[in-house]
Amino acid sequence: MNGSLSRRDFLKLSGGAAAGATVAVTGIGTAVAATPADVGRATLPYKHQVIAKAASLQINHPTPFLFPDTSSPCVIIKMGAPVAGGVGPDLDIVAYSTLCTHMGCPVSYDANARTFKCPCHFSMFDPEKTGQMICGQATENLPRIVLDYNGKNGTVVAVGVEGLIYGRQSNML
Amino acid sequence: MTIRKDRVALPPVNAQKTNMACHFCIVGCGYHVYKWPENTEGGRAPNQNALGLDFRKQLPPLAVVMTPPMQNVITDNQGNKHNIMIIPDKQCVVNQGLSSTRGGKLATYMYSPDGVTKERLKYPRLYIGDLWLDTTWDDALALYAGVTKKILDKAGPSDIVFDTFDHGGAGGGFENTWGTGKLMFTALQTPMVRIHNRPAYNSECHATRDMGIGELNNSYEDAELADVILSIGNNPYETQTNYFLVHWLPNLRGSTVDKKKQWFKGETAEPAKIIFVDPRRTPSIAVAEQAAGKENVLHLDIQPGTDIALFNGLFTYVVDNGWTDKDFIASHTTGFDEALATNRMSLEETSQITGVPVAKLKQAAEWAYKPKTSGHRPRAMHAYEKGIIWGNDNYLIQSALVDLVLATHNVGRRGTGVVRMGGHQEGYTRPPYPGDHKIYVDQEVIHGKGKMYTFWGANPFQTTTNAEQHREVILRRSQIVKDAMAQAKGATTAELVDVVYDAVSTKGGLFVVSINLYPTMLAEAAHLMLPGAHPGEINLTSMNGERRIRLSEKFMDPPGTAKADCLIAADIANTLKRMYEAEGNSKMAARFGGFDWKTEMDAFNDGFRMAGRPGAGPIDSQGGDTGYLVTYERLRAMGNNGVQLPVKEYKDGKLIGTEMIYTDNKFSTDDGKAHFKPAKWPGLANTVAAQKAKYRFWINNGRTNEVWQTVYHDQYNDFVTSRYPMAYIEMNPEDAHGLGIASGDIVEVHNDFGSTYAMAYLEKDIKSSQSFMVFGEINGIQDDVTTDWVDRNIIPYYKGTWADIRRIGSMEAYKRTVSFKSRRFESA
Repeated sequence: MNGSLSRRDFLKLSGGAAAGATVAVTGIGTAVAATPADVGRATLPYKHQVIAKAASLQINHPTPFLFPDTSSPCVIIKMGAPVAGGVGPDLDIVAYSTLCTHMGCPVSYDANARTFKCPCHFSMFDPEKTGQMICGQATENLPRIVLDYNGKNGTVVAVGVEGLIYGRQSNML
Repeated sequence: MTIRKDRVALPPVNAQKTNMACHFCIVGCGYHVYKWPENTEGGRAPNQNALGLDFRKQLPPLAVVMTPPMQNVITDNQGNKHNIMIIPDKQCVVNQGLSSTRGGKLATYMYSPDGVTKERLKYPRLYIGDLWLDTTWDDALALYAGVTKKILDKAGPSDIVFDTFDHGGAGGGFENTWGTGKLMFTALQTPMVRIHNRPAYNSECHATRDMGIGELNNSYEDAELADVILSIGNNPYETQTNYFLVHWLPNLRGSTVDKKKQWFKGETAEPAKIIFVDPRRTPSIAVAEQAAGKENVLHLDIQPGTDIALFNGLFTYVVDNGWTDKDFIASHTTGFDEALATNRMSLEETSQITGVPVAKLKQAAEWAYKPKTSGHRPRAMHAYEKGIIWGNDNYLIQSALVDLVLATHNVGRRGTGVVRMGGHQEGYTRPPYPGDHKIYVDQEVIHGKGKMYTFWGANPFQTTTNAEQHREVILRRSQIVKDAMAQAKGATTAELVDVVYDAVSTKGGLFVVSINLYPTMLAEAAHLMLPGAHPGEINLTSMNGERRIRLSEKFMDPPGTAKADCLIAADIANTLKRMYEAEGNSKMAARFGGFDWKTEMDAFNDGFRMAGRPGAGPIDSQGGDTGYLVTYERLRAMGNNGVQLPVKEYKDGKLIGTEMIYTDNKFSTDDGKAHFKPAKWPGLANTVAAQKAKYRFWINNGRTNEVWQTVYHDQYNDFVTSRYPMAYIEMNPEDAHGLGIASGDIVEVHNDFGSTYAMAYLEKDIKSSQSFMVFGEINGIQDDVTTDWVDRNIIPYYKGTWADIRRIGSMEAYKRTVSFKSRRFESA
């Protein structure tokens, strides 16, 4: 524990909108078949997971989910205009791990600033620029959950993670 | 090859573990370096990895900082590969396990043939014809020493010019300041030397030293004990990050109140208040408001360059209210009455000049200097940095500030201090400068003086004042030598020396050498480049902003034949010595003696440890006369906590240091008293005022959190360059809209001194007709528009220039990939 934040402060601060595992997950969490470990693949064999119906997402409102396992809090957001890495009919749906890459404090989403903010050491990340750190002490952008959109049934599927989730040797425990 | 970034290799329990102080900012956070064979990994169970953490499940927040940039694969000289992991040391009292965005990339910035650092200089390189070609050290040294000797013999030492580091951390350290200093000042005896960040050989802190107060006089712990912190021209969240996060914020949050009560019995103890003096609302101010609450943060947003008036007004006000320490002034200082008579300024006039309302000035004075409820004087720590060091008359600002500090006795008491926050770590040990006056080296070179110029761990092309003209002249003079060298096909080294000497002595040429980690922009001008090494590749000692010296231990080979700067200096000296011996000139050979060093430790023992010792010549050393007590072995045992200089004694296997200077009220003057200094408000310097009258925008400038100095590593790192592909300039949105400028546009910044480009970044916290541009960048050089004005000690007013801004066009790629959201952390 570093000296800049007491345990009490931390607990107080971590009650943000995207506080992770304590937040109920949307009901869609259906697991689909795991992608086999391809020869030569550059990322881990994540188990694909349906996380939302595109039509049910409200603009600029984060919806929590867990991926790639139940101890990894994430949010999905429909930004309202096409963004880099965005999927869905409007190419504006993105998702991120909500654990700050610096020291794992839960980031909260500031809807006015359209920015993820970490209360511990004040790192900020931009969901509209693939999780780019705006300013702060992390050395990695916010891990982006790679999404697929299924146009037939309107579901958004998590298929991978770009970047190492805080507090793990590997994204897959 | 795709680099997998969703897993890291854990160090096994038997991984080698060494100490390292961060290379970058002055805070010098402690890190541990783990090293182990590439084909092995530690397991996830806590007893299977060197970190002792259980990676079989998700770690809780704040357990560790361990990211992919903290890992790398290095290759030694035998071709063996090892994993390295460099993570912050939880036991280090400086950072307590915290990393900044700069130090968190240390592993990334260690040499790897296919990594971010692949452009490192590996061998000496010679510019022949139109190409850079590798060459041997023997060949490079023969040319360097040959040209040096010819100039020294025929023209004298003043034609041998240096621009060199004087600091610690990477590209510095006590070993390397000694090696370069002994070469320049004892052997060559040239006065034509400037320091890496300013155009002369001078101090950033002349005034405070003249007044008897060394600028690093407290401990980081004092920031935990202060009642009030004044942060003056200083943006600590971005530039001394973990000092701010680990030592300032707990005090602002109130978590050190109990400690204050214990230390200062009977005194009122509350969470600290903080006063920022800065024309700009910085990210630090926004963060401080989060920690302390807005009601405990005061921002004195003075008009640019009016610091002297501010301090004089506050000085006058505290004297008139009787908030001074009269006993201290009478017993331990001189010159109070004269300073007061000169500096006297009413709050009304102060307000008029600074633009800060009288009520706000009064509030600041009451917070910082009015006796507390318990009747004790507040403990007010005054922390300052480049906002006043590169301000409107460095000498006068510091005089005015320290006058205020002395009057209120805010030095030598725990919880106080008037301290430079610092840029790099420190590491100064050199023979005395051989000149009898300060030389404005840039202007000398611009006016055709000097025949040979060595840039040693320095890059004035991106950082000096009036940079554009300086660069133009050096490139032009360098080309004369390049042309001559290109004609000398098949010339022996001795013949090449003659060719170079002819070009520099009869044609106005300048022979340029760059000694550095990377080619840098100096490669455009240089004829010879020599590869240096940085901590981890060599052993190196440095001290941080509280004088805490640590040994960063070597754990890997430098790339190619790169070597420590002190050993390069020794190679140069030894080559010259042999040349003089060969011609039987024993007198000159003797001047180049005393460089028989095999390792960095030899240089440390010859310089830092010899200061003040019998038989040693005069040595200016931050270790003082007790430096001899410090050895590599003892420092290794002290780990990342090291010891605070000066060392008092070595006892029971430990070095005992000094937490605070001047607790005995004996100041660094001949009479032991601190000297007040008159500092009359001078207005704006003429050169600067002329630009202000002519151009609309104040071009404030400085460092930004995510970038270190001249981007020498960062320019190759996609994490940084995708964030800042170009130097950004923060502009007031209404100003920008009026000029048709949007975030992500390329703009030209131009005035009488030069022109540069920048990436517009609209920011509501920037006032109208002001701006803030990142300094030191390679893609957009802010210093192209700074003036050539300097103060009496040849300290530039880097922060003070005015220019116009015009839109060049829209850069769609920037707009698509770069975030232009506010860098100020505000509550949702």
